[in-house]
Amino acid sequence: MKAVCWYGTGDVRVETVPEPKILNPRDAIIKVTLAAICGSDVHLYDGCIPTMHKGDILGHECMGEVVETGREVKNLRPGDRVVVPFAIACGQCFFCTRELWSLCDNSNPNAWMAEKVYGYSGAGLFGYSHMYGGYAGGQAEYIRVPFADVGPIKVPASLRDEQVLFLSDIFPTGYMAAENCQLQRGDTVAVWGCGPVGQFAIRSAYMLGADQVIAIDRIPERLHMAKTHGQATVLDYQEVDVSEALKDLTGGRGPDACIDAVGMEAHGTSLDAVYDQAKMAMFLATDRLHALRQAIQACRKGGTVSIPGVYGGFLDKVPMGAAFAKGLTLKMGQTHVQRYLRPLLGRIEHGDIDPAFVITHRLRLEDAPHGYAIFRDKKDNCIKVVLRP
Amino acid sequence: MSEHPGTITRPQQTPAAEHHMPADYRINVGNFERALSVIGGGALVLYGLRRSLGNLSLMLGGGALMYRGFTGHCAAYEAMGVSTANQDAGPGILLESTITVNKPVAEVYRFWRQVENHPRFMTHLESVVSQGERHSHWMAKGPLHMPLTWDADLIEERPNTLLSWRSVPGADVDYMGTVRLRELPDGRGTEVRLRLEYAPPGGIAGVALAKLFKTLTVRQLKEDLRRFKQIIETGETPTTTHQPVATASSMRERNVRNHQHSAVS
Repeated sequence: MKAVCWYGTGDVRVETVPEPKILNPRDAIIKVTLAAICGSDVHLYDGCIPTMHKGDILGHECMGEVVETGREVKNLRPGDRVVVPFAIACGQCFFCTRELWSLCDNSNPNAWMAEKVYGYSGAGLFGYSHMYGGYAGGQAEYIRVPFADVGPIKVPASLRDEQVLFLSDIFPTGYMAAENCQLQRGDTVAVWGCGPVGQFAIRSAYMLGADQVIAIDRIPERLHMAKTHGQATVLDYQEVDVSEALKDLTGGRGPDACIDAVGMEAHGTSLDAVYDQAKMAMFLATDRLHALRQAIQACRKGGTVSIPGVYGGFLDKVPMGAAFAKGLTLKMGQTHVQRYLRPLLGRIEHGDIDPAFVITHRLRLEDAPHGYAIFRDKKDNCIKVVLRP
Repeated sequence: MSEHPGTITRPQQTPAAEHHMPADYRINVGNFERALSVIGGGALVLYGLRRSLGNLSLMLGGGALMYRGFTGHCAAYEAMGVSTANQDAGPGILLESTITVNKPVAEVYRFWRQVENHPRFMTHLESVVSQGERHSHWMAKGPLHMPLTWDADLIEERPNTLLSWRSVPGADVDYMGTVRLRELPDGRGTEVRLRLEYAPPGGIAGVALAKLFKTLTVRQLKEDLRRFKQIIETGETPTTTHQPVATASSMRERNVRNHQHSAVS
């Protein structure tokens, strides 16, 4: 089968590889009908994530048709159309039973690796380095899905692939980011990053009762999408002083909650952003945090900073003093996708949102290398790339 | 291989502390090493005293070494799950590790009681077969021409609390395995504490035993317990063995590079 494989920084290739087989009784094999490239895939493409091996199959946003199931999978049958969550969860451990699905104890065969770095390992992820399990990803014609009796959700024929694909990751991610803001009705939320996750965070914040959502970015088409689809008040951080603008837009109090939908490869031109880049180039720091710093500085006293990610390593110069002085709550983590699948599918069916609005590029699987390049460099007005095998 | 309980009297403890107490005070430093610790520690203390009082760190370090020698307990060893206490009897290993599983204590107890389950997650065991209520036959993994087998008895069982197996006298290896269970409050599952001891009888390790000791480390035991947890919670262990990957391509690339290299030279 054809699959998108990682070969190093800036080097992804579409290779012919064997088709996956059932390895465990709770596996299922899915024939992929649609996949996507995620902002966090860009971290892999940029060589920021360790423990990648040449030849690893990428992709953690995918959906398709069940073609084979292991003997313990009773809820799925060949022919079922499903969306696959990006994090793999067993359903039985302490964390899964408490709906902390992305923290599953039992789905990472390389848990010892993550433990070395983080103290404890969370769930295995599709297509996201060996520290997270080294699972073959979904930018391919077929994918093996472990614990298929827990993760994948069946979707109705009345909804197109493009409408439901993003249940796999970015829609629940944006939604959980907004939920983590602990919103009260009438709150103002500021969102850094108008990529796909930011777009869903904006929509979700309004769904959860926000009165005003302010979106911050520098890319014109992303700001435009946030304004037209998201109904957000947009700020171009290259044109305005974001801190001053946020104070102004909130009557001097500051946003009640701030979402950092930018993550570890923050782009900025201010002094602290340049500092981050220099340190990263010298391997002294591993993550850049310009957006997170701003979010902490801007948030009102007693507010919440919500971090859908992704951060991988260590941050330098986090304004802990500001966070402490203002009594902020920081909420973060990998998305507990399984928790949100049914409610968000319900919203799509109900017509509250058509997630396909973020898609700007529809490519064949063979064109994935081009897709990675324009997505990373934000060329050709690229906001979200989907791949059809 | 008998236990030497700590001689320090302890105040009344919570159930959790009681459960954990035996590990903290066990002697895990061998006698010769203890003597060295006392002598070396004493020397450091004296040295520190003779220099200015600013060498407090030397004296503290020396004091710690002496304490380690006198009590036979080394916190660092304990943290690493290492013990040299049995080394006076010859080479052997003592390993301990703990894990919490999201299952009721009765289910966990039944799982461990059935000795045939042990090789499902203990990588060093090839097979265990029960022969009667309390007797079992154990085989460790090793080369076919050097099997390491022993018979063992279940010497102690307290339902939902403790199981302890010991090799029979005269066996090829001195083996003792103990698993302690503790039910956690409010549906948090069961805490499992496993202690394994292997030693050669008479102090001289055979080739098969020496091989076993090389592979059986605390790190391995931790992974074995993780496997146990995965099996009892989910019924399987996560794997990616034989999953698709573009190895053929990368091999082609390596072959091309090799050919280019040999063409040049």
